[in-house]
Amino acid sequence: MAPAVTLTDYLILSGILFSIGVFGVLTRKNAIAVLMGVELMLNAANINLVAFSKFTDAGVVGQVFALFSIVIAAAEVAVALAIVISIYKVTRTIDLDKEDTMKG
Amino acid sequence: MYPCIEHCIWLIPLLPLTGAMVNLLIGSRLPRPVTHTIAIGTIATSFVLSVIAYLHIVSLPPGQRQFIDTVYTWIGLQGFRVGLSFLVDPLSVVMALIVSGVGSVIHLYSVGYMHGDKRYSRYFGFLNLFAFAMLLLVLSNSILLMFVGWEGVGLCSYLLIGFWFEKIENAKAGMKAFVVNRIGDFGFIVGFMLLFTAVGVRTGTWSLDFGVIKSNIGLVSPAILTAVGIMLFVGATGKSAQIPLYVWLPDAMAGPTPVSALIHAATMVTAGVYMVARMNFLYALAPDALRVIAIVGALTAFFAATIGLVQNDIKKVLAYSTVSQLGYMFIGVGVGAFGAGIFHLMTHAFFKALLFLGSGSVIHAMSGEQDIRKMGGLSSKMPITTTTFVIASLAIMGVPGFAGFFSKDDILYHAYISPYGGTFVWLLGVVAAVLTAFYMTRLVILTFYGNPRMDHHTAEHVHESPKTMTIPLIILAILSAIGGYIGMPAIFGVHNVFAQFLAPVFASGVRLPEGSVSLEWTLMGVSVLAAFSGIGFAYYLYGVRTELPAIMAEKYNTAYRWLLNKYYVDEFYQKYIVGGLMGLKDLLGVFDARIIDGTVNGTARLGRRLADFEGAFDRVVVDGAVNAVGDGIVSAGAVLRKLQNGLVQNYLIVAVIGMAILLSLVLL
Repeated sequence: MAPAVTLTDYLILSGILFSIGVFGVLTRKNAIAVLMGVELMLNAANINLVAFSKFTDAGVVGQVFALFSIVIAAAEVAVALAIVISIYKVTRTIDLDKEDTMKG
Repeated sequence: MYPCIEHCIWLIPLLPLTGAMVNLLIGSRLPRPVTHTIAIGTIATSFVLSVIAYLHIVSLPPGQRQFIDTVYTWIGLQGFRVGLSFLVDPLSVVMALIVSGVGSVIHLYSVGYMHGDKRYSRYFGFLNLFAFAMLLLVLSNSILLMFVGWEGVGLCSYLLIGFWFEKIENAKAGMKAFVVNRIGDFGFIVGFMLLFTAVGVRTGTWSLDFGVIKSNIGLVSPAILTAVGIMLFVGATGKSAQIPLYVWLPDAMAGPTPVSALIHAATMVTAGVYMVARMNFLYALAPDALRVIAIVGALTAFFAATIGLVQNDIKKVLAYSTVSQLGYMFIGVGVGAFGAGIFHLMTHAFFKALLFLGSGSVIHAMSGEQDIRKMGGLSSKMPITTTTFVIASLAIMGVPGFAGFFSKDDILYHAYISPYGGTFVWLLGVVAAVLTAFYMTRLVILTFYGNPRMDHHTAEHVHESPKTMTIPLIILAILSAIGGYIGMPAIFGVHNVFAQFLAPVFASGVRLPEGSVSLEWTLMGVSVLAAFSGIGFAYYLYGVRTELPAIMAEKYNTAYRWLLNKYYVDEFYQKYIVGGLMGLKDLLGVFDARIIDGTVNGTARLGRRLADFEGAFDRVVVDGAVNAVGDGIVSAGAVLRKLQNGLVQNYLIVAVIGMAILLSLVLL
């Protein structure tokens, strides 16, 4: 019988996911890829919420919170993609290294 | 009889004002028939309303023939009110009838006379405005409102005399009328302000209403009343063209002829006579002022008549005759016979309007020629004009039976018996009557009879005027012929209807002694003799021995020259009064340039020095501080801006690194 999945396992999984997300956000040149990194980071946080909800006696608050988080993430992505499309229409590129209009 | 009229007196002046507004604002876009229909319609309606007011007044018992129609409070202060209110009594109703009646006739005449003018609607607008101002003047219930009308007629005379302003002389004549009137108005203002103050201080009642002043006048000292009376009369000398301010009236000929008729007959010049008659309760207490008026009136009547003897411009002769006749009116009111003055005002309105309209008809036929030396023999070609003109002339000469005879005789009779008149005033009046008869006969003979002296081209053009011009002439001729019978003296065995009608207004006026019947007959005989001797002499000179006038002018060259040049009064005024004022002006100019400008420039220079100093301070200290702060911020920004490279991922890296540092600090 396989060993039982513990809270630590979940936390390790979410830590790995979060790190991959941060790495993606910091290194990808493609704006879409950056957004995907952000999604990974958000989902890592959601795993944490669900895990803590399951392994502690705090009830289902954490799971409900995760649902909210997913909905908000969906909305955020919609807005972010819209911004990316708008930027593309103006500059004909989504390469973040070329988007330095806000340079001081 | 028509009580509703008591509440719509205000319509009488308002209607012409409405007509004036319509014609002046949108008249140029209206067709001509509409323009003159509006103008004539409004003034004619005013006349109808005046007639109704007259009938109403007559239906009241003689003691109560007066009502006041207050429309609106114009000035409402604590203890001082001036209402937009109208006073209707026998005097104002007679004036309203004359102004609107004769005014209507002149409006009608203008349709024919002005038919080719390019500023047709403006002309009728001004004419209506003139009628409005004059009706306001005669109907107002307070001196202040009267003054509004008083100034209004001054303005309108300026506008109409200078109506053909393309010629500089006409514009100048308009200006002269305005300026000379302003001098008189100044006296008028001083007069009524003095009266206002005197009555107010004495009684605590601050009012300019005729009724209030009348009931309190007894409390004011006679010396002040005399001063007030004379100052008001100064105003009258301006408006009514008396010595020394008569000089504008002969120049007022520059306007279109119907305007001359309006100014000389119905409006404007009668204002002064009316004012003195209206203030009769004041003059009754100021006998010295009355004497001044009588003597000035007599001198004006005489001197203006002498000037009229030799003038060659048909309108100039009539102008001086107006001045002379106004002198008569002032003899009338000056000797305390207010009714006689107003009576002559009325008959004069008829025949003087007729004379001017007749002369307009002549000028019209003569293609603009006004010199009587170039006329003659017009009677055959212009029968209506000639007949009416002759009737008016007989009226002004005082030939028995015509209007002027009764009124002039009334005045001369009262001048003789009144304590304020006397033989001197009477004698001047009689001599003026001889002169009047003389120059009018001369005018009629030279214009209408004898051989034509115009050139061939003009002679062919001579024609009778159109109906719109001759009908007014006929109306006025009838009035000039029979208008005098309402004021027939009692010695003919009738009641003097006119005098009795006006009597309540002058009830508190001057009490004149009664003369004997034989004296009255004698004086009347003298007047008639005066008229016929003038006529006879003129007929002899200009009808029989036509070569004599030129010989006489040669022989008495100096006198002739003085008369022809109107005693050089205009030149005198020009040189000494206008010249004096010009000298004063130059002096004041130098004062201005040296002292006032010097002070102003000095102040300015000082201001500039101060400003220079302040400018330097500003530049060095204030600007320096501000710039230093700005420069500091700019250099700090130059360093900091390098962080802001616009790349999102750089910012994120910084954030992650910062996070890592924080975490390691917390955890380790």
